[in-house]
Amino acid sequence: MSAIEIEAQAADWLQRRHVWSWTHEDQEKLDAWLGENIAHRVAYVRLEAAWGRAETLADMRPASRRLPQLASGFIFLRSVAATLLAVALVIGAIYVLSPVSREQTFATALGGRETVILADDSRIELNTDTVVRADMGLARRSVVLDKGEAYFQIKHDADHPFEVKAGNYRVIDLGTKFVVRRDGDRIEVALVEGSARVDAPEGSGRRSVTLAPGEIAVATANDFAISKRLPQALATELGWRRGMLIFKHTTLAEAANTFNRYNRRKLVVGDAAVAKLTINGTFRIDDVDAFTRLVREVFDVNVKSADGNITISK
Amino acid sequence: MSEHLDHQFEGADLRHGNAGMSAAEVDRWFAREILPLEQALMQYLQHNWRNRGDVTDLRQDIYIQVYQAAQAGLPDRPKQFLFATARNLLINRVRHAQVVPIDPVPDLEALNIADDEPGADRALIAREELRRLQAALDHLPPRCREVVVLARIEGCSGREITQRLGISEATVSEHLNKGMRILANILYGELPSGEKSP
Repeated sequence: MSAIEIEAQAADWLQRRHVWSWTHEDQEKLDAWLGENIAHRVAYVRLEAAWGRAETLADMRPASRRLPQLASGFIFLRSVAATLLAVALVIGAIYVLSPVSREQTFATALGGRETVILADDSRIELNTDTVVRADMGLARRSVVLDKGEAYFQIKHDADHPFEVKAGNYRVIDLGTKFVVRRDGDRIEVALVEGSARVDAPEGSGRRSVTLAPGEIAVATANDFAISKRLPQALATELGWRRGMLIFKHTTLAEAANTFNRYNRRKLVVGDAAVAKLTINGTFRIDDVDAFTRLVREVFDVNVKSADGNITISK
Repeated sequence: MSEHLDHQFEGADLRHGNAGMSAAEVDRWFAREILPLEQALMQYLQHNWRNRGDVTDLRQDIYIQVYQAAQAGLPDRPKQFLFATARNLLINRVRHAQVVPIDPVPDLEALNIADDEPGADRALIAREELRRLQAALDHLPPRCREVVVLARIEGCSGREITQRLGISEATVSEHLNKGMRILANILYGELPSGEKSP
C-alpha cells in the first residue's frame, strides 16, 4: 500500500476520533490498526501532530465582546490599564496576530470560597486555594483550572462551546453542571447534571470520554478511569459549596486531609489505629475544633494542640 | 560532511542505552524532533531523487526506519540520524535500481538547517507559528477550510458541523480527512507558495 493510501486511512481514524462519538471499541480498533505496522503509526502521529499545532489558531480569534461582570469579593488581578491597552489593540486590528491576553484570573486563598458570574451568566464557584483563568472569546469560552477545585454551572451555547482545561485534560461542556478538581497531576471531573466530554491529552493513548450524571473521571500520571457515584454521594462531596464538610463512613485520616485543605491549623493523625476509625457527620469547613471535640468524645482519643497543629492519638 | 555523517550513523553510541521506549514516548519524540525537519528532508529527497513521484513513499520508508530505531533508544542527534538514514536508504535504492543519483550527499548547510533552534525570542517564534498556521489554513479549499475551522478552532463536534453547514456526516468526514492531510503537508512538508525557506 502506498504512503498516500496509508495517510488517507490515518486521517480517517483521526477525524473519527476527534469529532464523532468514540467508544472503547473504536479505540481498540485504532490501537490494533496502529500496531499492525510502523507505517500506520508514523502516518497517524504525523497527522495528529499537525492537527494539534493547528489548535494554536484558536488563540487568534478576535477579542472578547463579552466582558465579564464583577462578582462580589473576587480577586481581579489584571490592571485596568492593561485591559484598555488590549481593547485599543483590538480596535486597531480585528485579527491580532500576537496573542493579546484577554484572560482574567480569579483566585481564592486557603479556606476561601468565591462565586464568579461570567458575562454569559455561567457561574464558577471556587473552592479553597484555587486559581482559575477565564478567557471569554467569540469562538470559544475557555477556563483554565491552575489548581484547586471549582464547580461550574454553564449556560449552554452550541455556537460557543465552553471548555475547562486542567493540566493536559480538557472538559467540553455539552450543557452542564460539573466540578473539576486539580491537585498537581491528579485531575478529577465529576458530572452533576447534563453532559460533558473529557478529552485526554493528544498522543497519550487515552481516549476521550463522555460523562453521564454521577460519573467521575479521574486522571493520574498512571491511570485514567471512570467511576459511578450515587447522586447523594456526589452532593456530599459538594458540601463545600455551602461551607460544610460532610463525612459518611469517612476514615479519620481522610477527614483530617479534607480539613487540612481549608485550614491553616493542620490536623495530624498520630497512629495507624486512629487513622482507620470512621465517622459520620456534617461540620463547618472552618470549625476544626467542633470536629476534634466530637472525635475526642466519641473515640476516647487524645487531642493536643502544639505549634499551630492539632495531633490526634490514642 | 559525509564522513561525519557515516560515523554518526554507524556509531552505536548514538542512542541512549535504555532500550524499550514506550510508544507514547517515541510518538512524542518523533513529533518534536523529526517532523519539524520534514521540509528539509523533502527538499533533500527532491534534489537527490529523479522520480518526484517516489518521494512520499521514500519519506515514509525513512520515517519507518527512524521510528524503528527510536523504539530501541532515542537517537541523541535526531537531525544527523534522520539525514544519515535518508542517505543510506537512497544509496540502497540506487544500488537496487541501478540508477545514478545526482548528488547523494546531504549538504546540511545548503539546506539551511540550523544546528540550534533560534534563540531566545519566543514571542517571535510564536508569531511565526501563528502566521504559518494561518497561511496553512488559507491553502485549504473554502468548504474544507470552513469544516476544519469549526472542528479545530471552534471545537464543534461532527454532528454540530452537519447542522451548521447543512451537509452530511460523510461530507464532513471527507473534508476533515482532506484538511488534516493538507495541513500536515503544509505545516511539515511543503513551503507555502510565496514563502522563502527558513
